[in-house]
Amino acid sequence: MSGRITGAFAGGGMSKLGYAFGAIVFGLGFWMLVIWVTGAPSFILPTPWRVVQAAWDNRALIGAHTLITATEVILGLSIGSALGIMTAIQLALSQRLYRVVMPLLVFTQAVPVFAIAPLLTLWLGYGIASKVLMAVLIIYFPVTSAFYDGLTRVPRDITDMARTMNGTRWQSMRRITILHALPSLGTGLKLAAVYAPIGAIIGEWVGASRGLGYLMLLANGHAKTDLMFAALLALVLMTLTVSVAVNTLAARLKWD
Amino acid sequence: MTGAPAIHLNGHVEIAGQPLFGTVDLTLPAGQWTCVLGRSGVGKSTLLRSVAGLNGDDARCSQFRGSIEASDGAELSGRVSFMAQSDVVLPWLSVLENIVLGPRLRGTSPDLESANELLKRVGLAAHRHKKTSALSGGMRQRVALARTLMEDRPIALLDEPFSALDASTRADMQDLSAQMLSGKTVLIVTHDPAEAVRLGHQIAVLTPEGATLWQPPNASPPRGQYAPETIDCQAALLAHLRGAV
Repeated sequence: MSGRITGAFAGGGMSKLGYAFGAIVFGLGFWMLVIWVTGAPSFILPTPWRVVQAAWDNRALIGAHTLITATEVILGLSIGSALGIMTAIQLALSQRLYRVVMPLLVFTQAVPVFAIAPLLTLWLGYGIASKVLMAVLIIYFPVTSAFYDGLTRVPRDITDMARTMNGTRWQSMRRITILHALPSLGTGLKLAAVYAPIGAIIGEWVGASRGLGYLMLLANGHAKTDLMFAALLALVLMTLTVSVAVNTLAARLKWD
Repeated sequence: MTGAPAIHLNGHVEIAGQPLFGTVDLTLPAGQWTCVLGRSGVGKSTLLRSVAGLNGDDARCSQFRGSIEASDGAELSGRVSFMAQSDVVLPWLSVLENIVLGPRLRGTSPDLESANELLKRVGLAAHRHKKTSALSGGMRQRVALARTLMEDRPIALLDEPFSALDASTRADMQDLSAQMLSGKTVLIVTHDPAEAVRLGHQIAVLTPEGATLWQPPNASPPRGQYAPETIDCQAALLAHLRGAV
């Protein structure tokens, strides 16, 4: 009996991997099918095999540029999250500040970050600073907003208890409100992990001499479509890695 | 800290501007237990919350309108411990950390020795380092009770503090509370006539007409659960509650 149950569980684990494998096979098959049906030449749409080949041949080049983009993303994530966390706590401490600042934040959200990317490059130059700032700008609001939501949704019974205990504002914030809001912060950080690379890549497109976004534009300009796809592959893998890391962190932002 | 004051309440509860019941004119005697009974939704918890100074600014919520005064004329704020109806325990803290939350919030160092002693007396000593999410409803309620007792303030306001406990634990916790809160002014909301008759120096029945007092037995609380006069009083009180609209 127990053997059968174990078998069923093992089958569940296998089928999860199996589904992922199936999805990849399906994607590659579709890719090949498009090439076969349209007869696209390889400078328009290279075969998956050529992309892998290009990735291997250019591994040092792609690795160096991935490192630059990853640095931008991680810096942007750290700075943007820290700013968002501090802003949310300040807003939660002062209703008046919230009324002044929140409309401003919403207004800045209405400005597409893409539109000001050239300005940032003009002001901060072609180095990584302008890309980091792009990432910061993109994630700042989601982090602030998610964390603030958690901070202001402490159940009434808990805030009542803290009030009758005559706790100081900062101690109540530190020992109750912030801890209560950690799962919400986790949600915000997960979003940020996916958004931050977008900011970095846009920054690199607008003006850079290094990074995966730059490499993709360069490869595109030289009709090296296989290299462009290889860079894209590196970008996807990097984003997934960052996302998994942040998800692991967010999963620890639970109460128990 | 001075002795426990009497508290005088005069006013009515309203929801969104509509009075919920007639004027309540009630004095909580100094250093004694007052048990409040009444049907659900009659405003018992609102009354309790107002004494705790928790009347919201939100006009949509139920509110107490009127005066709540201590006999010594001083502010109530800072002299009240409050135990809410839901067992408020913080899931990110251990049992022990939950119990010493008050001093922690005030930025003072807690008396861990008496906290541990109290944990022993509510029967949770073995669980002191567990997270509260691992506890049963009854255990959580005992954590909340211990935390309220830990505050050691002259006035205690308890909203159905024993509702989630099994019969024997309930009797134990009633005895413990009666002992630790003796000499304090206590207001306790309950649904259980037996509990009110066992614990109350004074029993108040809340109806839409207002608050009326019900005479408890002569013995001083906590009274024997099966003493004839306790049982008689309990039966009469239940009949009265069932008759009251």
